[in-house]
Amino acid sequence: MAAGDRTVLQFNSPSSAILSAKVHPLVIFNICDCYVRRPDQAERVIGTLLGSVLPDGTVDIRNSYAVPHTESAEQVALDIEYHHNMLVSHQKVNPKEVIVGWYSTGLGVTGGSALIQDFYSREVPNPIHLTVDTGFRNGEGTVKAFVSVNLALGDRQLAAQFQEIPLDLCMVEAERVGFDILKKTAVDKLPNDLEGMEVTMGRLLALIDDVYKYVDDVVEGRVPADNNIGRFIAETVASLPKLSPPAFDKLMNDSLQDQLLLLYLSSIARTQLGLAEKLNTAAQIL
Amino acid sequence: MANSMAKSFLQVAATEEVVSPLRVVQIEGLVILKIIKHCKEFSPALVTGQLLGLDVGIVLEVTNCFPFPIREEDEEIEADGANYQLEMMRCLREVNVDNNTVGWYQSTILGSYQTVELIETFMNYQENIRRCVCIIYDPSRSNQGVLALKALKLSDSFMELYRANSFTGEKLREKNLSWMDIFEEIPIKVSNSALISAFMTELESDTPVTQCDYDRLQLSSNPYMERNMEFLIECMDDLSVEQQKFQFYYRSLSRQQAQQQAWLQKRRADNMQRKAAGEDPLPEEDPSNPIFKPIPEPSRLESFLITNQIANYCNQINGVSGQSFNRLYLMKSLHDN
Repeated sequence: MAAGDRTVLQFNSPSSAILSAKVHPLVIFNICDCYVRRPDQAERVIGTLLGSVLPDGTVDIRNSYAVPHTESAEQVALDIEYHHNMLVSHQKVNPKEVIVGWYSTGLGVTGGSALIQDFYSREVPNPIHLTVDTGFRNGEGTVKAFVSVNLALGDRQLAAQFQEIPLDLCMVEAERVGFDILKKTAVDKLPNDLEGMEVTMGRLLALIDDVYKYVDDVVEGRVPADNNIGRFIAETVASLPKLSPPAFDKLMNDSLQDQLLLLYLSSIARTQLGLAEKLNTAAQIL
Repeated sequence: MANSMAKSFLQVAATEEVVSPLRVVQIEGLVILKIIKHCKEFSPALVTGQLLGLDVGIVLEVTNCFPFPIREEDEEIEADGANYQLEMMRCLREVNVDNNTVGWYQSTILGSYQTVELIETFMNYQENIRRCVCIIYDPSRSNQGVLALKALKLSDSFMELYRANSFTGEKLREKNLSWMDIFEEIPIKVSNSALISAFMTELESDTPVTQCDYDRLQLSSNPYMERNMEFLIECMDDLSVEQQKFQFYYRSLSRQQAQQQAWLQKRRADNMQRKAAGEDPLPEEDPSNPIFKPIPEPSRLESFLITNQIANYCNQINGVSGQSFNRLYLMKSLHDN
């Protein structure tokens, strides 16, 4: 009869088509730090996520701050004024960072989360909810991102469902600093130029050894040959530029000489400094 | 009994706390990431921020930081800046972050941070906080794969001299202060909470080679070296200007002395004549004569700072050259094989 009352449950896909989210390591550090510093009676920490939305729809989460809240069995109260104050302060530094969602520690979502999600959706059209499991309940630290999806029956809104979206941990900055520094609970010294170089070359050598062993294994028949990997290796080896030995030698020697000259110049400059200093503070001959 | 109690209290109040010298700055991984993020976002503009933490014995712990907004040159914005700081500190206090200022951080380009402003900022901070430290981060150098983070402090002897505002040759010789003694570099230790270290161990990427390695193995370090050399040359020019100032001062000083001697001789000859004629001798000094006016000695502060900067550039060049040598030889052996 009427196509009106359809009793089919509709899952409305998120309107702004948020495909995925990217998280920077600073956010994780911030969240863990706030969790460690939380007041004794609080079980979890809640806070705001700042970042931006990239043109292809991915949400880039770059910064965060904790918001004090009180929680009981039935209700959750968030300090809204604090939230606004911090937002204003953060935006003074970086006006491009806007609210993109909120986070809470602990695995999964609870009932109170829906209320908070509601609050944040008044600030931002489609907030992301990030959960960071600081309790390591699954035996590993899981970081998940959710978006709320409306469940509608016909025209009536029934409820909102938290739907997980793919999360990408982009650890480039952490890698730059060096995982060794960020992993251990205490590092005694920051590596300087040459030590870092040593470590890197060690890693390169290990990689080359691995490839060598793999090729050996394949040749001896211990490991089935994979054409793709073979092609990759052939391409890599072929990508070394083919220079004739004299040309390559000249290139290398030129660069070496340039570096040596610079080194010499800087040593002379330092000697000059030593001399100048002695002259300047020498006793005046009167 | 009450007397002896009062005396011991007086004794305690009378003995000053011995300030142990600062040996190590302990930074949290969180602070490093925050500093890097802030400096990188605004590079090449220079940015600053505040460090918060605790002062414990010989270790200065830095547990958090927040960035300062870029300030325009405007009167009202000054008050805004102070408000921003208070607001941030208050908000951070509510979430149990250490509310104690222990210094500030700033970004720099190619290590050219030794300026008079830095010293003045140090003096300002030192008035309120007993121990403060400045962390310098160099984003351009970090692109070479080195974590260019340094913790600096002004040495005590330098601070005394600066307060007295006298940088003459004798004073410096007295204190045995050379250009190397202005800034003290303090070793940095990194600490992380157990939770973070668990997370990072978990989330560490599986690839054995990281972005850091890519940066380090990059063969083109020429642009960086070129800029370094440019800065070095400019600084040498500045240094020679300072040297000329000193030369001029010495020359005018010796000229003035010669004039003084000549005038003194003339005065003495006059006096002999007058004695022979029976009149009163004229005084042997005449403060109103312009040749007796003492010439002010130029301050050596600028030249010290410039020298420091040059030394810095030289160090950087040395470091990068070392790396380049490694890379070149690596390339050579790869090619031979």
